[in-house]
Amino acid sequence: MSGAASYGPYEPRGSGRVLESVAAWMLAILWILPLAYAVWTAFHPAEYSARFDLTAPLTLENFARAWSAAPFARYFLNTVILVALVLVCQLILCTLAAYAFARYEFPGSSIAFALVLAQLMIMPDVLIVENYKTLNKLGLVDSIPAIALPYIASAFGIFLLRQTFKTVPKELDDAARVEGASALQTLLKVYVPLARPVYLAYGLVSVSYHWNNFLWPLIITSSVESRPLTVGLQVFSSTDQGIDWAIICAATLMTSAPLLVGFLLFQRQFVQSFMRAGIR
Amino acid sequence: MKRSTAAIHGWLLLLPAMAILALFTHWPAFATLIDSFFSTPRPRRPQRFVGLENYEVMLSDPVFWQAVSNNLWFAAWTIPASIILAMLMAVLVNDRIFARGFVRMAYFTPTVLPMIAVANIWLFFYTPQYGLLEQILGFFGFPSHNWLGSKDTALAAVTVVAIWKEAGFFMIFYLAALQQIPPHLAEAAALEGASRWTYFRRVQFPLLMPTTLFVLINAVINAFRMVDHLFVLTRGGPDNATTLLLYYIYEVGFSFWDTSYAASLTMVLLAVLAFTALVQYGVLEKRVHYR
Amino acid sequence: MRRREFLKGTAAAAGAVIAAPSISRAAKLEVSFYYPVAVGGPITKLIDAYARDFEKENPDIKLNPIYAGTYQETIVKALTAHKSGVPPTTSVLLSTDMFTLIDEEAIVPIDDFVKTEEDKKWLASFFPAFMLNSQTGGKTWGVPFQRSTIVLYWNKELFKEAGLDPETPPANWTEQVEFAKKLTKDGQWGIQVPSSGFPYWLFQAFAIQAGAVLMNQEGNETYYDKPEVIEALEYWVSLSREHKVHPPGIVEWGTTPKDFFERKCAMMWTTTGNLTNVRNNAKFPFGVAMLPAGKRRGSPTGGGNFYISSKAGKSEQEAAFKFIQWCTSPERAAQWCVDTGYVAVRPDSWETPVLKKYVEEFPQAAVARDQLEFAVAELSTHENQRVTKALNDGLQAALTGSKTPAQAMKDSQAEAERILRAYR
Repeated sequence: MSGAASYGPYEPRGSGRVLESVAAWMLAILWILPLAYAVWTAFHPAEYSARFDLTAPLTLENFARAWSAAPFARYFLNTVILVALVLVCQLILCTLAAYAFARYEFPGSSIAFALVLAQLMIMPDVLIVENYKTLNKLGLVDSIPAIALPYIASAFGIFLLRQTFKTVPKELDDAARVEGASALQTLLKVYVPLARPVYLAYGLVSVSYHWNNFLWPLIITSSVESRPLTVGLQVFSSTDQGIDWAIICAATLMTSAPLLVGFLLFQRQFVQSFMRAGIR
Repeated sequence: MKRSTAAIHGWLLLLPAMAILALFTHWPAFATLIDSFFSTPRPRRPQRFVGLENYEVMLSDPVFWQAVSNNLWFAAWTIPASIILAMLMAVLVNDRIFARGFVRMAYFTPTVLPMIAVANIWLFFYTPQYGLLEQILGFFGFPSHNWLGSKDTALAAVTVVAIWKEAGFFMIFYLAALQQIPPHLAEAAALEGASRWTYFRRVQFPLLMPTTLFVLINAVINAFRMVDHLFVLTRGGPDNATTLLLYYIYEVGFSFWDTSYAASLTMVLLAVLAFTALVQYGVLEKRVHYR
Repeated sequence: MRRREFLKGTAAAAGAVIAAPSISRAAKLEVSFYYPVAVGGPITKLIDAYARDFEKENPDIKLNPIYAGTYQETIVKALTAHKSGVPPTTSVLLSTDMFTLIDEEAIVPIDDFVKTEEDKKWLASFFPAFMLNSQTGGKTWGVPFQRSTIVLYWNKELFKEAGLDPETPPANWTEQVEFAKKLTKDGQWGIQVPSSGFPYWLFQAFAIQAGAVLMNQEGNETYYDKPEVIEALEYWVSLSREHKVHPPGIVEWGTTPKDFFERKCAMMWTTTGNLTNVRNNAKFPFGVAMLPAGKRRGSPTGGGNFYISSKAGKSEQEAAFKFIQWCTSPERAAQWCVDTGYVAVRPDSWETPVLKKYVEEFPQAAVARDQLEFAVAELSTHENQRVTKALNDGLQAALTGSKTPAQAMKDSQAEAERILRAYR
């Protein structure tokens, strides 16, 4: 292999590359259209939300209006607390459980594992009625922990970490134990550092999922103090007096900006951590 | 370490996660079953055992059947369409095309945008007369159509939104998998003179099978879970044409306050998901090696 | 040992996080107040200002407004909260939710608080049309506040272009079709009546105009399949199918005002609550008129009433009552009408200087008031959500052409019958 040594034999070159690029571009334009529309509409006066005129004046007024029309600062805070709470609890609970499944032999472990895997299918999202009743009995309705609780023991996370922990050589574990480390010290010193890419990938999926989750928070929250961004956005854009796309698009961009920027920054790590984590 | 201590440690480590799972997954699933045999408690009419009455009501409820058939149709389109598109996208951005970073980002945007927010944008796309779709179709001389407001196209319209949302997310998984295929396989195939299509069909596609299984399961679950966009686009209308099972459960449970009937509807959803799980572990597991 | 400590630490941390947002009660009398606000903006500011002013006058009461989304979402939230034990002391909910709230034993009658002569005079001061949805079984359960009716908005420019007198709206069903025919051309509909979400409300206007009644005052019987009702639906359907002056299929409520601004429809039916919105956004002269008459004129009332929770403490309930009276004083009702476009709920507020001046400058505002004379109670029954859904489904089926009006109404009636049987 010379010249284009890094090119695989099936990677298109020359006109093939142009052709494939055009195809990829057309699909990309279709896919980014909603975002492009949101950007257009958010930065132009409301009259232009259905008219695409390149000479339309630019404005930031929609953002100002959206920001002042609803307590978005509070919603942001709620969402940040929510995703942080979910993520931290998930990481702790899943790490402990995954360690137990990966390195301990105990009676009932296979049944327990099957019970965990059941949640892969029967997700909290479909058990809204009963979970509502439970949280009601616990007196937690309309609080941020109530949004988080059903999700903090994640079967996906346990499964993923168990697979990763299993690939850690037993010798490393033994060596740490010989040095007098307890089980938890071994877990923290040996297993967790080796599983970093998995944690990153899982963390990204978890954050983007809970940042955007809607149905359950809609049901369980009722006040500004606990409502996350998605529900706040829905309340804000409800249509009893007609839709104003300009202000809705501004709000949409505002609420998803952190995730969009995050993805742009971490794009490479994101894909790579998925690769290393062996999520496939 | 002695066996008994190991067992105690093991269970202690497991305890927090199991407690939460029991409280928010196992118990509610079980309670749903129990509740489905009782009537909904009302202030003037206390709860009582009604046996299968809720299920009888369900069987004769046309909206339920409509929701089931809508949901099957929704699943039948979203699952294959999003998987095929995701695979195509991954293959495209795995190659060295122009502005690959931008294309990748474009494909992935639906995942980071909240569905509830983009649904408002899609509402504009579908708006008759001056919506984007109408402007484009009108430019090519097609007549105006009320996409969300007619029973023939409303479900298709909301399905397209779901496919758009899912394909980009699944692409990431395929992309990660494609990048793990060792380059020497491509070289070997090229030496044998295999075409690009043959290489995909014989080498890439089979190696992607574990990913496909993973994505397939997620797609099935999502097909019964994705209802956010309905809250903005159609609210289940017109005349229940876009009511999906979970949306109907929400409506019955939290708008009609008939929690027992909602419980029996949830049982149907749980049965569908359990069946999917069985198929996964029973059939697919044997054929695809899962790591 | 260290592991134990670690686990304990985790548990304690988790416990702390979970317990953190527990509610702290202040010494002041706290009145929580659910308010359905659709578009964020100006209305929340008005309500916040009301709360502050009220607190200034009543320093021992702390008023806590909670904005809960659409009416639909607010009733869900309020009932949810009622079931979980900490409901808002008072809420503004749809007047039609009265029966549902009574059935759930979530509210107390307003009469319980009406003690002095002055209180009685206050309760008698509202437009009778608004009280129709606030009273049943000889008791008053809600206080009209954010009330509206449906009116017709028309674009005077398009009227002129079509050779119609821009100052004369259609007066009856025949004219409505005739005018709409003249106003319909490529890319422009003559008339638009929204039918997404809650078509029953707009349909009820057609039904009243056709001389039909949809339900009884006890809220346990509906008459969806009566000939006049079917006739009303046939008229609505004929606008798009036969006369082709109305967009086919379901017309989205939320985009209808925008369609009007974009000159895509020359006339639209929507709530008076949209008056301020239209005034700010329509870039052409527009008129507001009473809905055209069929056999008679008519529109249902709509919008929200104040309710007081049955689970709140006695002193909180009294404080809430005080706030409700405060909000519905003639001057405040007048100001509310000016600021939002909702109809001021009592005749004497239309005599206040504020509202007189407003009507002088903006005569369109008085249309809703004048129409109240012909207004009828909005559809409201036991299990309201379900019974109206039965009607909504039938209406949408007929409008999308999957059922004939007669068949659709027959099916809706059968479903409503099934639900309401238990309440007789």
